[in-house]
Amino acid sequence: MTQHWIDIKNANAILIMGSNAAEHHPISFKWVLKAQDDGATVIHVDPKFSRTSARCDLHVPLRSGTDIAFLGGMMKYIIEKNLFQKYYVENYTNAAFIVGDGFEFKDGMFSGFDPATKKYDQKKWAFAMDDKGLPKKDPTLKDPRCVFQLLKKQYDRYNLDDVSAITGVSKENLLKVYDAYAATGKPDKAGTMMYALGWTQHSVGVQNIRLGAMIQLMLGNIGVAGGGVNALRGEPNVQGSTDHAILWHIMPGYNNVPTTNWPTLEDYMKGNTPKSNDPKSVNWWGNRPKYVVSLLKAWFGDNATAENGFCYGLLPKVDPGVDYASMVLFDKMYKGKVRGGFIYGHNPAQSMPHTHKIRKALTMLDFLVVGEAHETETAAFWRQPGTDPKDVKTEVFLLPSCQRGEKDGTISNSGRWHMWHHKGYEPMGVSKPMGWMVVEIMKRVRDLYAREGGAFPEPIAKLDWYETYDPDLLAKKTNGWFTRDCTVGGKDYKKGDQVPSFPSLTADGSTVSLNWLYCGGYPAAGKNLSKRRDLSQDARAAKLGLFPNFSWCWPVNRRIIYNRASVDMNGKPFNPALPVIAWEGDKWVGDVPDGPAPPMAMEKGVYPFIMHTEGMGQLYGPGRVDGPFPEHYEPAETPVTSHPFSKQLSNPCIKIMDSDMDILAKPGDPKYPIVLTTYSMTEHWCGGGDTRNTPALLEAEPQLYVEMSQELGKEKGIKNGDPVIVESIRGKVEAIAMVTVRMTPLTVKGKTVHLIGMPFCFGWTTPGVGDATNRLTPSVGDPNTTIPEYKACLVDIRKADKVTELAR
Amino acid sequence: MPKAFFIDTSRCTACRGCQVACKEWHEHGVVPTLQRGTHQNPPELTPTNFKIVHFDEHKIDGRIHWLFFPEQCRHCVNPPCKDFGDMYVPGAVIQDEATGAVLYTEKSKELTPEQCKDIKELCPYLVPRRDEKTGMLTKCDMCIDRVQAGMQPACVKTCCTGAMNFGEREEMVALAHKSLEKVKKKHPQASLLDEDSVNVMYLVTQPRDKYFEHASRDIKPLSRQAFLQKIIEPVRRMAG
Ligand code: SF4
Ligand code: SF4
Ligand code: SF4
Repeated sequence: MTQHWIDIKNANAILIMGSNAAEHHPISFKWVLKAQDDGATVIHVDPKFSRTSARCDLHVPLRSGTDIAFLGGMMKYIIEKNLFQKYYVENYTNAAFIVGDGFEFKDGMFSGFDPATKKYDQKKWAFAMDDKGLPKKDPTLKDPRCVFQLLKKQYDRYNLDDVSAITGVSKENLLKVYDAYAATGKPDKAGTMMYALGWTQHSVGVQNIRLGAMIQLMLGNIGVAGGGVNALRGEPNVQGSTDHAILWHIMPGYNNVPTTNWPTLEDYMKGNTPKSNDPKSVNWWGNRPKYVVSLLKAWFGDNATAENGFCYGLLPKVDPGVDYASMVLFDKMYKGKVRGGFIYGHNPAQSMPHTHKIRKALTMLDFLVVGEAHETETAAFWRQPGTDPKDVKTEVFLLPSCQRGEKDGTISNSGRWHMWHHKGYEPMGVSKPMGWMVVEIMKRVRDLYAREGGAFPEPIAKLDWYETYDPDLLAKKTNGWFTRDCTVGGKDYKKGDQVPSFPSLTADGSTVSLNWLYCGGYPAAGKNLSKRRDLSQDARAAKLGLFPNFSWCWPVNRRIIYNRASVDMNGKPFNPALPVIAWEGDKWVGDVPDGPAPPMAMEKGVYPFIMHTEGMGQLYGPGRVDGPFPEHYEPAETPVTSHPFSKQLSNPCIKIMDSDMDILAKPGDPKYPIVLTTYSMTEHWCGGGDTRNTPALLEAEPQLYVEMSQELGKEKGIKNGDPVIVESIRGKVEAIAMVTVRMTPLTVKGKTVHLIGMPFCFGWTTPGVGDATNRLTPSVGDPNTTIPEYKACLVDIRKADKVTELAR
Repeated sequence: MPKAFFIDTSRCTACRGCQVACKEWHEHGVVPTLQRGTHQNPPELTPTNFKIVHFDEHKIDGRIHWLFFPEQCRHCVNPPCKDFGDMYVPGAVIQDEATGAVLYTEKSKELTPEQCKDIKELCPYLVPRRDEKTGMLTKCDMCIDRVQAGMQPACVKTCCTGAMNFGEREEMVALAHKSLEKVKKKHPQASLLDEDSVNVMYLVTQPRDKYFEHASRDIKPLSRQAFLQKIIEPVRRMAG
């Protein structure tokens, strides 16, 4: 989130799209309803009428996988009707930048595409530079090659007729949403976008979110109270796990993972430290060397010295351009190229797409270690339905993990609040925290290397490892400390002092920090700010719903990021009634500003978007692999054979796994005419491993269901409560039909398209509840992130004569 | 000063936090359930479910209405279940003076299954359930242990949307009327259900017959007459 949960109450319009917030983030609705009480319009755009829709002013069903068409239409509407916030767009975005001659867009394709590799040459999309090395600009926004004009041209095709025809949303409903949301383009109005996996889990997932963010920039909704692009993250600690790099492509603190293109630290720094020739651009990533060296020092301790490149050479390097995402990992496993490994708190045999393939892949392993609180479908794959344990060669270890309430530690919530949780009671039986498992296993591996040597022992032998698992020590180290007496920024520090905040991190080895973003959260011994529960606030903060003394939030306790974009170039708040920050006299008041520099118009003033090299909000974003502007493409499995915007049916860069099991229904396949979307629910958590073992929750949601319209029920002779079989080209799943007025057939290009929806939390280890819905979904993914396309695939449905997976 | 609940269903998201919190606080076991084509589960109140969130859906004039109703005992001001209980086994049903809570005691074990059935049937909302294992008559106890210790009932404490409210009756009546006025702007058919005769006041957005039958069971024509009839019936049975 650019904001925090409470800030939702400050919005004048709320667009919930790609999220079922009331069900999956129940607390968010405390604030949504507060906003509604104060007059905000709450809109839900989603295939299904859910518990969220029930509380919204407007529910608009759309065909799953057509968000870009829907939002593209909104972008066109905003530009044509002149509803954007002109001052903001002109001064705070790259609207005026001139794009270089290399960029072209023709019939659904951007310039620079290589069909052999399915990749674009992104250099083709660079800005035109002047002789000072700065992007050329046309402040009048009239140059046909300026971002604003290209943007206008890009979305000119997204007219109401075509958008309506492909999304299945009536023109009347499109206009209702566009009108209500675009009304926040005024300086004193704010709209917030709340999204979750309904935007991300598509083969155009990243571009869904980008287009949302671009609309927010056009309407001046970023940085202000009640605005923002808000990824709703929750109990699985998605925020914390991305910050700390549970994903393969980054190291903690959003630093790129080393590749063989950068064999030395110097190469890495050169390749990853952007430069700006513009004195007004803060270009925050110019600080990267300080963060990366402090991270290396945290990993390798005294072994990391300036002379040996702080042990950078000991880090594994990935091959550039090669994807190591989990879907690819399981593809490799299926192909017999993985021998074994560890799976902690993750149930891929249930929650990865195409679980038939995943379950088969696991049998190819020699060994598997699973850290879990319960025996999940992953831990028990060797005795899964249809498998004789005698035929499985894999040796499986299940390490019993304790639950959150049984251990100390932190969680980072969606609003980036770092919060300590205290152990409430002793772990059950022999269960242990996962951190303990990692520390103890690594200790023994290090002993083995010390005793027996090995091919390349240094990366393990030279680690600055731990004697015991100590969450407090890890929190301290995440913040970081000084490794020697030194002076930074004119202040003296002693060896062992905690680093007060990330501006004091250094690139010379005098500081360690496991994650620069969290530096400042534990700024002195005994001062773990994630433990703060102080509700005090001044009048200004009270109005905003800011609690600056409750827990701590990265970066530097800034509660709303990009807040320099909430004021004009002289530091005056766009919305004087709800100022996030304001320049008063000679200082900023309010939230922690995005850097101490004075307002942009002043001599030492800076641009608001400090994380971007050019300092501006990116309406044009040359950094995404599938194009600088989001463009509508159909899902890999689609009920249509063409769409109105171009001849390019699907994302040209789409990731598709290519094993013999990875088959896809063809576009408009008559055997699989129905669109399936999958989702979670309030009562169960993710793959259901925990919640299916929580009796009160299983009582409330006991079995797998499929939500479908009454019209489809009639067509198929299925009544509410009937057992049915849902089938895709990859597999079959039994479920109970929930025939409901809440699902609506859509008219897409003149034809009726039915949509059905199923939760994915039920699995065979809980008897009689049903088994993995993901036996239906395909192994295809977004080209930027390889997130699977769970949200749209093709199926058929029929009444079942008898069921075996479901207790009746 | 009697206490009261005000339950504003226009704010309820059917998260079922209240349903689960109620179970957890009472350390209740579970009943086996099956998916039957609705999210509502268990289907009705049980001796281990003092609170059930009901889901009713309608399409009216092309608009979808999904109505949520977190059901529980209404803690009637003059509880018919107590009238009957007193007749059969005095002390089986009591009304706590301080809070107005209607409570079933250990003595309710002395009630026969048939008497329990009578009591259930005379409840305007068909709330009481006999626990076949313990023989006790059961229902929502207002979390009397929590309330006496100065805490909110478990269901109220867990509700994050403001649907569940608990406090002095006077305050709750005032809040109910204030809320109704506001809700009526968006839902002109909104009303308060039986506010004068119950200490659990519901605000509903649709006519009451759009909700499940026990929310809509109209008590007024039933009360006195039915009560007298009911009194005669067991006497007859005893005689026969
Ligand atoms: S906890 Fe509140 S919002 Fe959730 S179901 Fe109960 S009354 Fe409704
Ligand atoms: S609602 Fe029924 S059970 Fe509750 S007090 Fe009234 S009569 Fe008794
Ligand atoms: S007041 Fe207590 S017993 Fe009654 S429904 Fe709420 S949680 Fe359950």
